[in-house]
Amino acid sequence: MPQQILSAIPDSLGPWLLLLGFGIYHGINPGMGWLFALALGLQQQSGRAVLAALPPIALGHAISLVMTAVLLGIVGAFLPLDTLRLLTAGILLVFGIYKLLTYYRHPRWVGMQVSGRDLIGWSFLMSTAHGAGLILAPVLIGISEASELTSHGSHSEHIASLALNTSGISSAWGLAIGFHTIVMLLTMTAIAWIVYRKVGLSILRSSWINFDLIWAGALLFVGGIALWSAL
Amino acid sequence: MALWKPDPTFYPSPRMAMEAPQEKFGYVGTLNVGNGKPDAMCTIDLDPASPTYGQVLHTLSLPHTGDELHHFGWNACSSALCPAAPHPHLERRYLIIPTLRSSRIYVVDTKPDPHHPRLVKTIEPEEVLKRSGYSRPHTVHCGPDAIYISAMGSANHGGKGPGGIFLLDHHTFDILGQWEIDRGPQVLAYDFWWHINHDVAVTSEWGTPDLFEDGVRLEDIVNRRFGHHLHFWDLRRRRHVQAVDLGSENQMVLELRPAHNPMKTYGFAGVVVNVTDLSSSIWVWHRDNGAWQATKVITIPAQPADASQLPDALKPLGAVPPLVTDIDLSLDDKFLYVSCWGTGEFRQYDVSDPFNPKLTGTVQLGGVTRKGAHPKGGVLSGGPQMVEISRDGKRVYVTNSLYSTWDDQFYPGLKGWLVKINADPNGGMTADPDFYMEFGDARPHQVRLEGGDASTDSFCYP
Repeated sequence: MPQQILSAIPDSLGPWLLLLGFGIYHGINPGMGWLFALALGLQQQSGRAVLAALPPIALGHAISLVMTAVLLGIVGAFLPLDTLRLLTAGILLVFGIYKLLTYYRHPRWVGMQVSGRDLIGWSFLMSTAHGAGLILAPVLIGISEASELTSHGSHSEHIASLALNTSGISSAWGLAIGFHTIVMLLTMTAIAWIVYRKVGLSILRSSWINFDLIWAGALLFVGGIALWSAL
Repeated sequence: MALWKPDPTFYPSPRMAMEAPQEKFGYVGTLNVGNGKPDAMCTIDLDPASPTYGQVLHTLSLPHTGDELHHFGWNACSSALCPAAPHPHLERRYLIIPTLRSSRIYVVDTKPDPHHPRLVKTIEPEEVLKRSGYSRPHTVHCGPDAIYISAMGSANHGGKGPGGIFLLDHHTFDILGQWEIDRGPQVLAYDFWWHINHDVAVTSEWGTPDLFEDGVRLEDIVNRRFGHHLHFWDLRRRRHVQAVDLGSENQMVLELRPAHNPMKTYGFAGVVVNVTDLSSSIWVWHRDNGAWQATKVITIPAQPADASQLPDALKPLGAVPPLVTDIDLSLDDKFLYVSCWGTGEFRQYDVSDPFNPKLTGTVQLGGVTRKGAHPKGGVLSGGPQMVEISRDGKRVYVTNSLYSTWDDQFYPGLKGWLVKINADPNGGMTADPDFYMEFGDARPHQVRLEGGDASTDSFCYP
């Protein structure tokens, strides 16, 4: 099965590029993790502490995405695919407008004394509250279509529902989430390390652009594209 | 409201904040007592290159009388960069101004014209009491997740306790409610701050409103009814962790100045008066093997005086107690400034080693018997009280009003002033001979400086 999925990639590079792009974006956004890891490392004066904090943050992010995927799979099993795509696009647009109005709101939890479990929970909360999984829903639907096409040969008709090939879809989605999370982890690690060793904290003042506002825009953009392709 | 880059006045670390540009203006709250005028927020010109240097640029009169402005603070500061709940694109823009006597909260917008701030919101006393559970709001600190305000009294028991802390939403300025989940034995309140990177909050004890609102009574001090504890809290879980008793002879534990360096877990607390010898003291709190302790590191003795020189409140004592009412710590944690409101001494200590402070400078500013003169302002009434240090540590601003009814007892006829002290980075200080602001009957209290100062911001990065 994984080989079949991998062979599908060249045919539908689009979703994977999006997974890559959002992985890099989540990795760069200081509010999603690398800054927390950096602060913990600075506080403990330990580069090891910077690196140790990053995997739990990535794991919390992945758990949030898996939760969204499971939800999508359950709803998708009962809805025709076209309806699912419309529904996803609608939720994305509504959520995007909500975030546009409240982009400055963030979950408030934990302090600075955190365990690995706290970091997993914190990252899960941040990712979920910002709709990190939601924005990937159209991508996951796209990937499941591609994997269906691959496993059923080259017929050009769209699949009617996600219920047709549960195991194929779940491994395709698992690969997608794993890929996205690893991209995010690598990006976070690179940035945290470069800031810790080379650049220093002044980068926070000069380069911390309003990622939250961009994110609200991204939700609306992806929602718009999803709606357009669903109609 | 939406900023593309972080507010330029936010700094990740105290070291970086010390390199901030020099303040060009500031705000000082002034109170009016018994003359039918409301309190005001004054914009003051602190730019030496300006033709109006050392003058009031604008007076924003508040709509009510009898409020008693006291401390106030910014809606947001460098703690917005803290990594667990970052919101770096908030603006340091609004002054949150609690009123100690009437229990109001004013919100003043300093933009678009910072010289002419505008009142944009008033939370009336009924709402403060109902939604916070407290009365007599006092100290404001901009936290990473909300605005924290301490309050001296309970909402429900007249002038009694418990006092505590409540939260204000830092976007809407709505009161979110009481902060404490478990207050343990804590009843009395005054100042608070935190070791933000250690999830530790510290609170101090003045007294309940019925002890101070109508003036201080000697018998309440002699009978040790004022506070003498420090309280340590789990900032994250909002629970009381430990009370440290400084001894009941140490009455009124007021200002708390934790080290700005977020790696450190020590700080300074000032005690107003020791009932056995009328001295004031400064204590260092520190953590040893997980338990909090406090060690007295500075004792300032009372000065004997002839009763004929003393106001009625002090006549029975035959001495002037130093009355340390405010202390302030420079951003590099190197110099501690101490106001002796009674004797009129303003002191500078090198506290590089917090357990061995060295007195490095003294300026006499007024005082009950000494009445130290200012090179420009002449003989001063009152004594040094609220202290604010510029971020670079080179300029210190001092005002002379403490609290309306107490002013009247210790310094009848007090005339308000604000002076500037020039501090030598290597130790030592002098009163700036060119800077003297007189406020007449209006009494200046807390000063806040453009872009932040040494008692506003907290930092999550060393």
